[in-house]
Amino acid sequence: MDLTVVIGIEILYAVASLALISVGLAVVFGMMKVINLAHGEFMMMGGYATIVSVNLGINVFVAMLIIAPVVVGLIGLVVERLVIRHLYGRLVDTMLATWGLSLFFIGLATIIFGNTTTGISTPIPGVAIGNYQINGYNLFIVVVSVLLMIALYLVLGRTRLGLIARGTMQRPDMASSLGYSPERIYMATFFCGSALSGLAGAILAPLVGLVPTSGGAYIAKAFITVIAGGPSLIAGLVSSASVFGVIDQIFTFALSPVIGEVALLIAAVVLLRLLPQGITARFFRGRM
Amino acid sequence: MQGTAGKDVIVTVLVAAVLIWALPLMVGTYTLTVLAIYAMLGLSLGLIWGFGGILCFGQAAFFGLGAYTYAIAAINTGESTLPMILAVIVPCVFAALLGAMMFYGRLGDVYLGVITLVVTLILFKFISSTAGPQYTIGTARLGGYNGIPGFPTLNVPGRPDLFIWGDALYYLCAVALLLVYLGVTWFLRSSFGRIAVGIRENETRMSLIGYDVRARKTVLFAIGAAIAGLAGALFANWGAIVTPGLFSLSQSAEIIIWCIVGGLGTRFGPLLGAAGLGYLKFLLGQQSMINNTMLMGLILVLFVLFLPRGVVPAAISVWRASIGRPRRAGRAGALRRNRRRGRTDG
Repeated sequence: MDLTVVIGIEILYAVASLALISVGLAVVFGMMKVINLAHGEFMMMGGYATIVSVNLGINVFVAMLIIAPVVVGLIGLVVERLVIRHLYGRLVDTMLATWGLSLFFIGLATIIFGNTTTGISTPIPGVAIGNYQINGYNLFIVVVSVLLMIALYLVLGRTRLGLIARGTMQRPDMASSLGYSPERIYMATFFCGSALSGLAGAILAPLVGLVPTSGGAYIAKAFITVIAGGPSLIAGLVSSASVFGVIDQIFTFALSPVIGEVALLIAAVVLLRLLPQGITARFFRGRM
Repeated sequence: MQGTAGKDVIVTVLVAAVLIWALPLMVGTYTLTVLAIYAMLGLSLGLIWGFGGILCFGQAAFFGLGAYTYAIAAINTGESTLPMILAVIVPCVFAALLGAMMFYGRLGDVYLGVITLVVTLILFKFISSTAGPQYTIGTARLGGYNGIPGFPTLNVPGRPDLFIWGDALYYLCAVALLLVYLGVTWFLRSSFGRIAVGIRENETRMSLIGYDVRARKTVLFAIGAAIAGLAGALFANWGAIVTPGLFSLSQSAEIIIWCIVGGLGTRFGPLLGAAGLGYLKFLLGQQSMINNTMLMGLILVLFVLFLPRGVVPAAISVWRASIGRPRRAGRAGALRRNRRRGRTDG
């Protein structure tokens, strides 16, 4: 019984963390059709922002939930102005340019922080369930991810700002003739996407030893989760994160964590072959 | 056409012979060997991306697969002839299967990129996790992160005690590169090559004319992988060790950077990009002021933004505009337009 609860929580955590690491990429890709291959490095920078702030004596939750997203959002803003802005509508070129950016940021982080592992301890103690001890921080990640999805849904679906953003993504010419500047909306969207990446990186930072190349561990998972999700932003993200998270955890429990990851990646390849437009192109059509 | 083809081959061989002879006077053969291998690897992606329009984010997978195949087979057989052949065949068959799965599913650019990237990662993760003694193929232990050291290196066929190493390995790699280059040239002149370029330009049109686009793309993809596998096997010989790092994303990124910098849609561009940037990396490795990765990233961003056609096509068009006589429109320009269209496919 206890084991069932523990496995249930682990699966929930796997799904939540997949959704969390993909949300920044999903906003940028889903809304702007720009694939940001530097997403993993944005997360890595979010992690470093948190660790530096905590070492300076700032409360860890302030550092994670406020400082990291703002810092990474601002970096994203600079990147959008200098690079991405020139490449809208050229999908392959944005992929290449952001891949270049990802290498650039890895190099930069190596110069600043050195090629060593840094980390902070998890701020939440473990929880005992029967005979088992689980990481309390995992529950925190589940809560944050759920709140984030709800917030995203409310902002995009229920506010005027979200309406304008969605409208611009569908028909920039129409939005601009109604008096909204697509340029500024793209900029703001990219800022939000980067900030979400930074937030995800910051929240995961206490769980991993951070090195400048940490981003590489996230990018592939985030990438396949978003692509497999398909056109609907939130429904796609939740559905593909659920599929992959469950597969990952089942194989992890049955065999080993490495097999779990490999199973996840193989599942992604199979899924993309069967549903090349993503899950939500066939199911949950027209949702957000 | 036959006359110019013959002349081109003679010119290529002569220029290559002079370069192969002259370059060791300036740079050590140990470095030149790896540059020739990189050039071959660059050419393999240059072929499928520049002429077939297939953007593969995982060319390193075939490179690594070739290297590992060579190492494992060499340990098991104790000589190098059969392993070299296997190192070409295994990546080729693997790519044919992978390609068939992707192209018969009619996946778009982005999905192709994701799948090739993911496959590279799967291989990386799997090979990295094989440290335990239970992971053996024949008598070869896979060795996880540490890779496989100490396999027999290249020997004269039929004489397992006569090793090819040092200067001889350099000449072998250089000649292999020349042969691959000539092979690619011949391939692009053949009707198959011309149809591949046609598919790159307009897939729908080619399939309406009646060509089986899916089969042709699969074959092209497999040929590219075979070349990458050969490069991998030579690399294994040069380094005398194979590690999972061969499958890494940074290796894949590097190959793409070579092609972008050198110039897509040319045969010489990726070759030059690979050798040039490889040498730059070698020079940068001797100092610690500038971080290598950072510089590579910067180069990629700047090229995508300001010189997306690459060095060689740009140089050719400058030359033509200034002194050369105007000829038919450059292939690179057409590819560029094609890429610029930036299909999203959903």
